[in-house]
Amino acid sequence: MADMTVDRLPDGRAAPEGTTMLAADGTPLRVSLQRSLRRQKRRAFLLVAPLLAFILVFFALPIADMLFRSVDNHIVPETLPRTVEALAEDPDPVPGEPVFVALYEDLVVAEAYKRHTQLGTRLNYEMGGASSLLRGTGRAIGRIGTDVYADQFVAADPAFADPARWAAWMVDPAIRAALPETTDAYDAWARFTIEADNDDPAEEQPGDMVYAALWRDLAAGAQPPGLPAVDVSGWETPSIRELMIEAESGWGDPGIWSTLRTFSAPYTAGYYLAALDLRLSEDGIAPRPASERIYNALFLRTFVMSLLITGLCILLGYPVAFLLSTLPARTANLLMILVLLPFWTSLLVRTSAWKVLLQQQGVINDILVWAGLVADNARLVMINNQTGTIIAMTHILLPFMILPMYSVMKGIPPAYMRAARSLGANDWTAFWRVYFPQSIPGIGAGSILVFILAIGYYITPELVGGTRGVFISNRIAYHISSSLNWGLAAALGTILLVAVLILYWIYDRLVGIDNVKLGG
Amino acid sequence: MKEPASDEAFVAFERVQKSYDGVTLVVKDLNLSIAKGEFLTMLGPSGSGKTTCLMMLAGFETATHGQIRLAGRDINDVPPHKRGIGMVFQNYALFPHMSVAENLAFPLEVRGIGKAEREAKIARALDMVKMGAFAGRRPAQLSGGQQQRIALARALVFEPELVLMDEPLGALDKQLREHMQFEIKHLADNLGITVVYVTHDQTEALTMSDRVAVFNDGVVQQLAPPDELYERPMNSFVARFIGENNALEGTVEQIAGGRCTVRLPDGSVIDAVPVNVSRPGERTRVSIRPERVEFRPERLQADAHTLEAEVLEFTYMGESFRARLRVAGTDEFVMKYRNAADQRRLRPGERLRIGWLPEDCRALDAA
Repeated sequence: MADMTVDRLPDGRAAPEGTTMLAADGTPLRVSLQRSLRRQKRRAFLLVAPLLAFILVFFALPIADMLFRSVDNHIVPETLPRTVEALAEDPDPVPGEPVFVALYEDLVVAEAYKRHTQLGTRLNYEMGGASSLLRGTGRAIGRIGTDVYADQFVAADPAFADPARWAAWMVDPAIRAALPETTDAYDAWARFTIEADNDDPAEEQPGDMVYAALWRDLAAGAQPPGLPAVDVSGWETPSIRELMIEAESGWGDPGIWSTLRTFSAPYTAGYYLAALDLRLSEDGIAPRPASERIYNALFLRTFVMSLLITGLCILLGYPVAFLLSTLPARTANLLMILVLLPFWTSLLVRTSAWKVLLQQQGVINDILVWAGLVADNARLVMINNQTGTIIAMTHILLPFMILPMYSVMKGIPPAYMRAARSLGANDWTAFWRVYFPQSIPGIGAGSILVFILAIGYYITPELVGGTRGVFISNRIAYHISSSLNWGLAAALGTILLVAVLILYWIYDRLVGIDNVKLGG
Repeated sequence: MKEPASDEAFVAFERVQKSYDGVTLVVKDLNLSIAKGEFLTMLGPSGSGKTTCLMMLAGFETATHGQIRLAGRDINDVPPHKRGIGMVFQNYALFPHMSVAENLAFPLEVRGIGKAEREAKIARALDMVKMGAFAGRRPAQLSGGQQQRIALARALVFEPELVLMDEPLGALDKQLREHMQFEIKHLADNLGITVVYVTHDQTEALTMSDRVAVFNDGVVQQLAPPDELYERPMNSFVARFIGENNALEGTVEQIAGGRCTVRLPDGSVIDAVPVNVSRPGERTRVSIRPERVEFRPERLQADAHTLEAEVLEFTYMGESFRARLRVAGTDEFVMKYRNAADQRRLRPGERLRIGWLPEDCRALDAA
């Protein structure tokens, strides 16, 4: 440090470039400053820590989980590990015996853990009928005819029926080395016997798949030491491929195999493609059949209607905000209460009120009929369609437009308008050239707020939208609560989120986010 | 003071009244004529009605009663944008979303003036206020003084004959304010425009104006050139409001030949000029400017009345001295004299006899 003290300039002038300013005690000034700020920073962090933890646990993590779900496909490779592996080496549309053997063993295990139905649900998103195929196979998997192998072994030597003997054989390294398939099948059987059935493998006779595996090992010429010698030639050896197809003819259909091949990886873009009305097949990405396309149209409708609602809110809100900002405080407060009144009423109540007003036997139609403007047999349809959604949502979101506009307009001094008029501008020119440009930040803030709220709106379109007036969020909710396709729901939600972020970015480029003011 | 060029005043308020609430009058029966080319200042405390008068002239407020004329034309029903009056606002009101040049172009554009002519006029106006280099800036990028100049240029760029200024220097610091006072005055003189200027700063009013209208309580208390206003205030309010002033209360003893004598509460008698008093026995308040008080006997008239005084406080003020005295029962009597070679400093506790020329002492209303 001694050589550094020469850098210090006691008269307070800045040190020459390339040297370090030192604090009074000789430590570098930067270090000294950081030390003094550290305490402050720690305090600030502790103050926000509870909220940070809350947001992390209840907001950030669930969102991350949902994002993960939109690409997660672990259920296929984890439920069918052998099948996925065997399938990779078998290019036939309907694969051969080894793949079916793997599928048989995977499904026996999956059935024991009751995981095959979940797999069926997952595959059903990609291919109709996969769910019932897997359910049916699960029900039949214990009695598709593989028991002939066990029966023949037990008939050849009763020792093969003894659980204790089996347990002893399968811990012998020499036997395990000689009988790879049997070992694999026995280990899988033993694991689910313990985990799923809560039984002791040393007291239970092994399942049929173990005997089938043993036959395959012996037929391949294995010479296991210490096992009773059996001659397997001339035995009845049904093909597992045929037994499976016999039990559920769906396995003979190339469709399920193509689907399995496409969705065998632990991560998939399938949900996103589905959310964009595309599908992933073995040949690549292709559009879905026209009858299955709904999401693009729904996204488009959500955007267009949200834009329309935002536009209507600007048109209806601007004059009100202008009036509010010019009235004397007392009157303005009263009017502001009227603007805020909808905020204090339940969203559900307001939406239901619109139902009463807009329906064909409702108040507005009654008045129109009474006034003779509309014939009784030609009452207007204003609910359960897009009109209903637009009317109700414009009403509900209007305060979100008026409030930011009002706070910006409140900050525009009346002197500007006066100045413009004193300079020779008539009322309209003064408004358009001087007042309006300064109120744009309020319009921007209100529009962003209303548009982002509208694009994710759910309750109102659900209640008054019918089928033609629903938004993408209603579809997301459907997948979350009814179809239980959470992966697709997550993908749709992610697309919505990204779309909003992109729009926000575009807005920032065009208008500048600094220009958005929520308060004077 | 400039006299009106013709019999017809350029700007005229005739019996103008203004009420906002229908109960009280903010402006009471205003009669005021402003000559072409005159620099007239409306001076008064806040709430005295001066800004209301300006706003009525600009057209932002309507007169409740009476007429306002501009160049012989009744403008009561003419909207602000058709009056052709330039105006400088208190906080400049430069349009923040426009550049300096766009701000200046605004009044020209709304008048339909072509681009080439517009640019020439803008350049001339900016040069006039020495801001030619700032045409591309936004108002927020300018200092207060620079904004002030731009506001001035904008009010002048369309060559109005009448320019109104509503406390235009209020937001500037003292030095800049004094500098701008002279610039505005010179501009107004050079361009020959008529200026109506509103301020509550009396120094500003005295240094800039041809005539000053002192407002109080909705009434013009006195309309006069600055020197007359300062030296010959017509009532107690004007005397109090303009400059520093000593006020002594008393009773008129006798009036004769443009002079009167006033008896003070302590029994002493002084000479004064009767202004608002007409007969002996009337209550009055006499007003003497601090710098007109004399304490050296050789400078006083031989037959003048003098008063006993005791020095309470002495302040050195650089170019002058200021002494607070106890005179005729008041402790707030102030005397000022120049810091000259032949002058001496006073000490607290010193006893003096003070006096003044009778014409410097004015017997005003007792209010």
